[in-house]
Amino acid sequence: MSGGTFVGMPAFPEAAHAAVGDRTLRANLRHATHTIRDKRAKAVAELADWAELREAGKRIKDHTLRHLDRYLVQLEESVVRAGGTVHWAVDADEANRIVADLVKATGEREVVKVKSMATQEIGLNEALEAEGIHAYETDLAELIVQLGEDRPSHILVPAIHRNRGEIRDIFREKMGSWGRPAPEGLTDVPAELAEAARLHLREKFLRAKVGVSGANFMVAETGTLVVVESEGNGRMCLTLPETLISVVGIEKVVPAWRDLEVFLQTLPRSSTAERMNPYTSMWTGTTDQDGPSAFHLVLLDNGRTDTLADEVGRQALRCIRCSACLNVCPVYERAGGHAYGSVYPGPIGAILSPQLRGTRSEIDASLPYASSLCGACYEVCPVAIDIPEVLVHLRERVVQGGEVTRRGVKVTLKPAKGHAAERAAMRAAGLAFARPGVLRLGQRLASRTRRLHPRTLPGPGRAWSATRDLPKVPAEPFRDWWQRTHGTATEGDGE
Amino acid sequence: MSGRDRILGRVRRALADVADDGTPYERVVDRGYLRQHGERTAGQTVDLLAENLADYRALVHRCAEGELPHLLARLLAERGSRRVLVPPGLPPHWLTAAALPLVHDRAASTPRELDEVDSVVTGCAVAVAETGTLVLDGSPDQGRRRITLVPDHHICVVRVPGQVVSSVPQALERLAPARPLTWISGPSATSDIELDRVEGVHGPRTLEVVLVSGG
Repeated sequence: MSGGTFVGMPAFPEAAHAAVGDRTLRANLRHATHTIRDKRAKAVAELADWAELREAGKRIKDHTLRHLDRYLVQLEESVVRAGGTVHWAVDADEANRIVADLVKATGEREVVKVKSMATQEIGLNEALEAEGIHAYETDLAELIVQLGEDRPSHILVPAIHRNRGEIRDIFREKMGSWGRPAPEGLTDVPAELAEAARLHLREKFLRAKVGVSGANFMVAETGTLVVVESEGNGRMCLTLPETLISVVGIEKVVPAWRDLEVFLQTLPRSSTAERMNPYTSMWTGTTDQDGPSAFHLVLLDNGRTDTLADEVGRQALRCIRCSACLNVCPVYERAGGHAYGSVYPGPIGAILSPQLRGTRSEIDASLPYASSLCGACYEVCPVAIDIPEVLVHLRERVVQGGEVTRRGVKVTLKPAKGHAAERAAMRAAGLAFARPGVLRLGQRLASRTRRLHPRTLPGPGRAWSATRDLPKVPAEPFRDWWQRTHGTATEGDGE
Repeated sequence: MSGRDRILGRVRRALADVADDGTPYERVVDRGYLRQHGERTAGQTVDLLAENLADYRALVHRCAEGELPHLLARLLAERGSRRVLVPPGLPPHWLTAAALPLVHDRAASTPRELDEVDSVVTGCAVAVAETGTLVLDGSPDQGRRRITLVPDHHICVVRVPGQVVSSVPQALERLAPARPLTWISGPSATSDIELDRVEGVHGPRTLEVVLVSGG
């Protein structure tokens, strides 16, 4: 699958190993995630009916996914009726080609972009660049990433790995080559940095003829698209250009206008920990003399229908991209977003990327293991995605192989090579637990040879035991101890 | 086969083994969540709106209907505004006390022209107390979306208590989806630098809200 995969990305453990050694990165992440965690908890506590809203959000999404074909067709009718044009893209390449052709048809050579996970996922900017079209990111964090020739590391705040000093340096060095340079004597005060971005981008907004966006929600009943944002760059891109192209994953549809009453309460509080984000734009097709005169909606599959085919994994499609799971994850906090090798980092990324892209690459096969299964992600998820459940399911898939859907076709995955030792151990354990005599013999043998046990494992187990103490084997197996102290009275004949 | 047919086909195959219990949409979702949070009088709801607007750094003013022209004139003078943009249907008497040239939004107005005005004055469609949100729906007293976006100073007039609702669900009930809607909660802001909220990026950096009673 093209786009979205960071080429040559090492598996999660290697990438994370490098990241945890970076003290600045760890400090930046720790500061940011802890700040937002506490704020989110307060914002959620303000709503006495949070649990009911969460359940309603889950049910709306599940129902929509169950009838996704029907709601997509209804959405298409509604958007067309309101003056928009709908395109369908099976994968990243198709979506990129559709967008590039639409931009070229306007005769323009540049577009302004609202932050969008879908266009990141398909690598739209790079695809447009190859066609000679410049895409300017206008979200502050995306701008920081684009100017720094960097990769996003968080769903909501892609430059979360950068502190204010680093941002100032990037602005000073790079803004000039993209347009208006940073003001003289720019300091690292956040308000000044925001002002620098305002000045730099204003020129681009005022002359832009084509805007590209994603959407947080699409309402099938009315054809309304919703973009939730903070800075006003979204409003600029959605209203000033003559042509608007929105690339949206097919799972973003909700049945009815009324469904927004759930998500507009749960999304802002879960993501930025605000009662409401500063700006939300809702538009339905085109409006005479207000906003773009041409509106194109590109509906994107790119692995979503494959995910839908997995009965455990499909719940990942409920995700509303709030990023609360990233902010509470102990693994994300230490490893950072880049280690996940995908535009979707953190717990949700660990279940979304291997499903959207398959588990053939090393990084994707390792992602289901990028978790301690502590369950904090599930607790905070506003649509109740049981991320640990999906992680375990995907681990099983990696180790055991089995039937999956790829590009709409059912295929049988072979068990991953690297897990041969694990499979052998599990098979041996299964054998022993099924035969108590074998188990008893093994345990006694282990107890009697305990002085000879090494402190680290040999061979393939070495990496595991390098950072862990091996459990000590007791002098006497539990069963023998029980037999000796309570034995005959309670246990009968033992086995 | 078209992309549309391929995607719809994949969706149907993916769901082939999922039983459909036939429950209609209306009964799938338990709407047992609250229509509003807490019981308040109309006056208390307006107070909550003022409080939450201020919490997100909007500047809140209150006045009676008759005082509105003078209040608006004072706010514009304090700001030092020389050119004020108005939507086509703004009640003419609102700005009679402000001795300023009014810039009328026209279909042909370019973003660059809008960038040269100092302030914009509009009404609103509905305001949400629990979240401190103003919603504009493009009605004649609010104008096109761009006029409340490009200028750096926005004064929004809310008629209280008539235009105020408690909650997001109540606001959605009042709004027409087909209209272009802009929900505004405080001035433009970002959390992109160390997840700390900083006011003032691309939209108006100063948002003033006038709560007019008796309207």
